[in-house]
Amino acid sequence: MTGTIQNREVFLNKIASQLGRTRITAPIERPTWKFRPQDEVLKGATQDELVEVLKEQCKKIHTTFYSTDKDQLSSLLDEVVSGYGGGPIVTWKDKRFADWGLDPLMKQEWPEKEMDVYEWDYTRGSENIAKAEQANVGITISEITLAESGTVVLFSDENKGRTVSFLPTTYIALIPKSSIVPRMTQAAQKMRQIHEETGHVASCINFITGPSNSADIELNLVVGVHGPVKATYIVINDL
Amino acid sequence: MPMKISNEQFKERVSKGIHDDFMRGAVSSAQDGMGVKRRIAAEELGNWEDWRSHGEEIRQHVLENLDYYLEQLSNNVAKRGGHVFFAQTKEEANDYIRGIVREKQAKKIVKSKSMVTEEISLNHVLEQEGCEVIETDLGEYILQIDDHDPPSHIVVPALHKNKEQIRDVFTEKLGYTKTSKPEELAAHAREKLRQEYLTADIGITGCNFAVAETGSFSLVTNEGNADLVTALPKTQITVMGMERIVPTFEEMEVLVSLLTRSAVGQKLTSYITVLTGPKEELNVDGPEEFHLVIVDNGRSNILGGEFQSVLQCIRCAACVNACPVYRHVGGHSYGSIYAGPIGAVLSPLLGGYDEFKELPYASSLCGACTEVCPVKIPLHNLLLKHREVIVEKEGKAPISEKLAMKAFGLGAASPTLYKIGSKLAPTAMSPFKDGDKISKGPGPLKAWTEIREFPAPNKERFRDWFKNREEGGK
Repeated sequence: MTGTIQNREVFLNKIASQLGRTRITAPIERPTWKFRPQDEVLKGATQDELVEVLKEQCKKIHTTFYSTDKDQLSSLLDEVVSGYGGGPIVTWKDKRFADWGLDPLMKQEWPEKEMDVYEWDYTRGSENIAKAEQANVGITISEITLAESGTVVLFSDENKGRTVSFLPTTYIALIPKSSIVPRMTQAAQKMRQIHEETGHVASCINFITGPSNSADIELNLVVGVHGPVKATYIVINDL
Repeated sequence: MPMKISNEQFKERVSKGIHDDFMRGAVSSAQDGMGVKRRIAAEELGNWEDWRSHGEEIRQHVLENLDYYLEQLSNNVAKRGGHVFFAQTKEEANDYIRGIVREKQAKKIVKSKSMVTEEISLNHVLEQEGCEVIETDLGEYILQIDDHDPPSHIVVPALHKNKEQIRDVFTEKLGYTKTSKPEELAAHAREKLRQEYLTADIGITGCNFAVAETGSFSLVTNEGNADLVTALPKTQITVMGMERIVPTFEEMEVLVSLLTRSAVGQKLTSYITVLTGPKEELNVDGPEEFHLVIVDNGRSNILGGEFQSVLQCIRCAACVNACPVYRHVGGHSYGSIYAGPIGAVLSPLLGGYDEFKELPYASSLCGACTEVCPVKIPLHNLLLKHREVIVEKEGKAPISEKLAMKAFGLGAASPTLYKIGSKLAPTAMSPFKDGDKISKGPGPLKAWTEIREFPAPNKERFRDWFKNREEGGK
């Protein structure tokens, strides 16, 4: 359904007249910028070098960092979740969890230990949000990971609720090593490319850099305000 | 809260600021801390000047083609099912939003920090409609529950309050029983606000940067409050100043990077959220209905004129953190929601010279603001331009400056008068002297000596000393 647009013509005509010209009607090509400093950051870094940069940056953003091979992932994840005090747990519905051998842990071991594991299911409507709100741990997968800033990028869809990374008390991001890029520049290019190819943009794209925090009280940093109070990144060697 | 935050005269506001020792300490340490963080974040890139130039060229291009990009943005928002309203005045913006509130019969509204909604006094309008309006940024929340204390800094709105004052407000208004530890205060706010997000009818946000190509917009926070404001209520309203737009994600990325480094010295803040339209079919969280309100409110009058570059601003407050005048007088002295150098340039343009004619004089023209601006706004030159306009076209130079200039002009124009004046000064000033200092000056000196001491006129004038020296004295 197309939305409405109100009051546009008089508003834009005023702008054009202030700029001393008539309205622009022909498409404007994206300019070739004179400066492109963003391309220089971590230029030519290997994937292993980017992992090191990410690891260092995690120290600055109050985030615990691990890297692991696929066969060790399940036991590591179990350890991290236990460290956070166990369930309840909420996750996206995503077949990559199974690809990485996590089904036995998520679908058998944890439930057997009487930990509540909830997988996002859009057919259950607002129950999903209630589950996320009550959860102790939220687990999602990073689509693009920015080494420079230590940022995971999430794209929402019906199986990937926005609030999984946000409402639980603690948050774990699984990061495929192949998803790591130098900085936000490459993520922006990828987002444009997806839009050009599919004509579509996810309704919510989250760039998350560590747990939520605030310095609003006497400039003292408080980690954990509205969103998670603790965060862990696990880089999975998928290359 | 309207743009104007005080009915007191400029001098009274400054006097209050100067005598608020906690506030001055807080501002100094904020400036030092944030200033250093900003510098490290800028310098570690190694080519910060190129970044600034890139920021500048993007912003200039957008302003020159603003009608085009706003048209593209509105088409793409509508294509995704969002509703766009162009508001030339704050009244139009508020009327439109009031209409949505009535249609939804909304009772509770959660907001994430937005300067433009402050500028149009939106909260006041919503409260008149009988709505409970809850600011969710921790700093704004503190100010709001303290009977709407005005913000004193664009990025850290409650900078002027200490933790004991905040604890007292929490105790009185929220039944808080714990200590003044920031962690405990924040945990209490977290718990209170969680329930508000989950039960609110409408979420209202500002907009850091809209993206014309996709009809998206981005929100930049550390707390993540904007994420909950936009994920949980069924209706979302986003209010943007009309100039806050970029062509594509690629330019958005550059400006976000400049913003977070310049504002808080972070490579990126904890949450940068890029939203496009209402939630999609089958999605569970996110708003069912999305409205974008694009506000002019005096901005278009700045376009095409000598102040156009001020619209390049990305609201990082780096200039505020660098300003020696802000350091001494604090945010409330400006009497506007926009404080510091950017406030001194912008407030008279949006609010008129009648209300804000003193602000362009609240500057030493040292140029520190211009030097740190990530999009190269020539702030101190714009302050000078304001002074030219005030004196030449508006004939509104502040009265004390006029008198002082007149007296100096008269006294300095005639060598005889100057000689008599400077000869008389030591005698005339002697009742006010305290050793070598004047600490309670009369007349025009009062404003100065309330803040600091003025050196007493020397018994031996320079002219006499020089004459003596010429004649072989020492």
